[in-house]
Amino acid sequence: MKNTCNYTIGQTSFLVTLRTLIGWHFLYEGLVKLANPDWSSAGYLLDSKGFMSGLFQSLTYSSSVLHTVDFLNEWGLILIGLGLILGLFTRFSTFLGIILLALYYLSHPPFPGLTFSVPSEGSYLIVNKTLIELAALLVLYVFPTRIGLDAVFQVWWKSRKNKVK
Amino acid sequence: MEEKDKNNHAGEQPEENKQQEEEQSRLNKKMNRRDILKGLATVPVLGVFAWGYYKKRKYDRVLKKVIRDELGMEYAPPVMATGPASGRQLRVGVIGYGHRGPQLMKAAGFLPPSVIDDMRKAAEKNPMDKRYRDFMEQDDLNIVINGICDIFDIHAEEQMAAAANLHKEGSEGKPAYPVKRYRTYKELMAADDIDAVIIAAPDHWHAPMTIEAARNGKHVYCEKPMTWNVPETYLVRDEVKKSGIVFQLGHQGRQTESYIKAKEAVGKNLLGKINLIEVTTNRNSPNGAWVYPIHPKASPLNIDWKQFIGQAPWHDFDLKRFFRWRCWWDYSTGLSGDLFTHEYDAMNQILGLGIPQYASGSGGIYYYKDGRTVPDVQHEVFEYPDRNLTLMYSATLASDKERGKVVMGHDGWMEVGSTLNVYADRESDRYRKLIKSGKIDPSLPIYSYSPGRKNLDAITTATEKYFAGRGLLYTYRGGKRVDTTHLHIKEWLESIRKGTQPSCNINRGFEEAITNQMGVIALRQGRRVEWDPDKERII
Repeated sequence: MKNTCNYTIGQTSFLVTLRTLIGWHFLYEGLVKLANPDWSSAGYLLDSKGFMSGLFQSLTYSSSVLHTVDFLNEWGLILIGLGLILGLFTRFSTFLGIILLALYYLSHPPFPGLTFSVPSEGSYLIVNKTLIELAALLVLYVFPTRIGLDAVFQVWWKSRKNKVK
Repeated sequence: MEEKDKNNHAGEQPEENKQQEEEQSRLNKKMNRRDILKGLATVPVLGVFAWGYYKKRKYDRVLKKVIRDELGMEYAPPVMATGPASGRQLRVGVIGYGHRGPQLMKAAGFLPPSVIDDMRKAAEKNPMDKRYRDFMEQDDLNIVINGICDIFDIHAEEQMAAAANLHKEGSEGKPAYPVKRYRTYKELMAADDIDAVIIAAPDHWHAPMTIEAARNGKHVYCEKPMTWNVPETYLVRDEVKKSGIVFQLGHQGRQTESYIKAKEAVGKNLLGKINLIEVTTNRNSPNGAWVYPIHPKASPLNIDWKQFIGQAPWHDFDLKRFFRWRCWWDYSTGLSGDLFTHEYDAMNQILGLGIPQYASGSGGIYYYKDGRTVPDVQHEVFEYPDRNLTLMYSATLASDKERGKVVMGHDGWMEVGSTLNVYADRESDRYRKLIKSGKIDPSLPIYSYSPGRKNLDAITTATEKYFAGRGLLYTYRGGKRVDTTHLHIKEWLESIRKGTQPSCNINRGFEEAITNQMGVIALRQGRRVEWDPDKERII
């Protein structure tokens, strides 16, 4: 990534704000699921519609696969959330966040003709909040900032390399 | 000092380097500090998050505690017996293999090899199809089926194949033992190698078969409704009690977890003074309206028509009447006997209703003009003045509108199905303070139960509530699904082995039968009928 530091203070501030807000959302979603011992993605996956519904529904066929999916989802959300808030492994966290949101979107695409058991809290046609959040993460991916623990690690890494030399 | 200067002069170049290094180090330190500040800039956000999360959790916990303390409900699921059967092997005979017979035999662990082949293939084709897995994982009830009886030859052949398939094999397997086909139920009841019978014959045969079984000392699992007319109702009760057999009526809802939790909710007085119960059964398909398929090979040559008629008024051979007997009063008690009795028994289980004092009814044949005599739209109202409540049954066979079972009280109401949801009433006295303080929201359940859940909470997320209300959640997690009919048969067999009374015993059966008969008489005669509890007579 080039020109990472050539933003105005305003640009940097709002990019970091956006990243932190998305991280907050991820972290809370993950913690809510983790805190509820009865939470399972089964109902959500079984309710999948659209051209990829077969794949998502098949994840519920085996309880061991379902447990793995639940575990990855819970901890994926938490770790991505922490990564985005703290700016730790930011690019990797952003990338994983994009993948996760893409899966959510594809499992429940708001396409004409598809209805879901869980009523949405708004009205959507093709574009929903998941897609918008995904697009926001794409923006963060191509406009990284140097605000976050990654910067501390970079300094620490450089000084460690210099010492070795 | 001089020495030092000398040394320094000895190399001017290193001195310059040192200065540069120091300068660089200062810059680095400055940069490091800036970088570290930048690096830690968003850490406080995590602090704010942690504070918010702690506050939210604390609020939820307090809310839960307030509601839990107020309701005093047990949050653990009811204890249900699982595991293979214990004790001696029982020898069973099964009568009837039309519609319900195969379901009962499947629940008991017996299916024809051809059906197992089909289920296995279906599971290979579609992993979502769990019928094969569920059947194979069903607990062994430690029974053998030595004798069967069906008056339609083709059904009897299938029933024999199922009864002999003790090891749940496909067509590659062999019959485990010879199964005797009895031509009449009386011969089966008299057999020495049969301890207990499952009766799945048409309704007008339930009582004569139960009476015959009792007289022969055979334990009985009888499909609902218990009886077809009033006089035989007394006779069934007397014969069963006299013989001392273990009788279980086929209301498998007795095994439904949510009903057990609903009983607990009523016991804890969550609803206050209950005054109205509304039970409904809506269906909207030919199958739901008893227009069952007619077997293409069925004919007077392979059906014992005379035996089918039994105590019913004589009618010439008619395939429709044979396969769709529920459509005629001659063999059934219509919607009341087929569907209301399940609803009644659920409420009798939850509320201990017993026999009502009054019954009235109305209805008509408004959709299925196919020659049937029983109504397809029907209402029955039962009064319990001693309990200050009314039980209302409303049904149609031509609308699929979901209406459910609702119990209404002054302080709250509950909807019972595969799930249980209890709501506080807006005008409740008991919950007034909690509603006013915002701790209880009358639009959300104060208690929610979905079978299979490990923990039960008063507060759940909106999504969870939505799923839970429809019984969609936790179906594939937290243990395997179990057929309630299997559990009901299992309870009956365990009662035989232990000499105890099952949940839907002859007393509950008598209450069901009298209530059903009162509703039917009221409907057919267009009058309000009364139950005289002292003389035990319908007036």
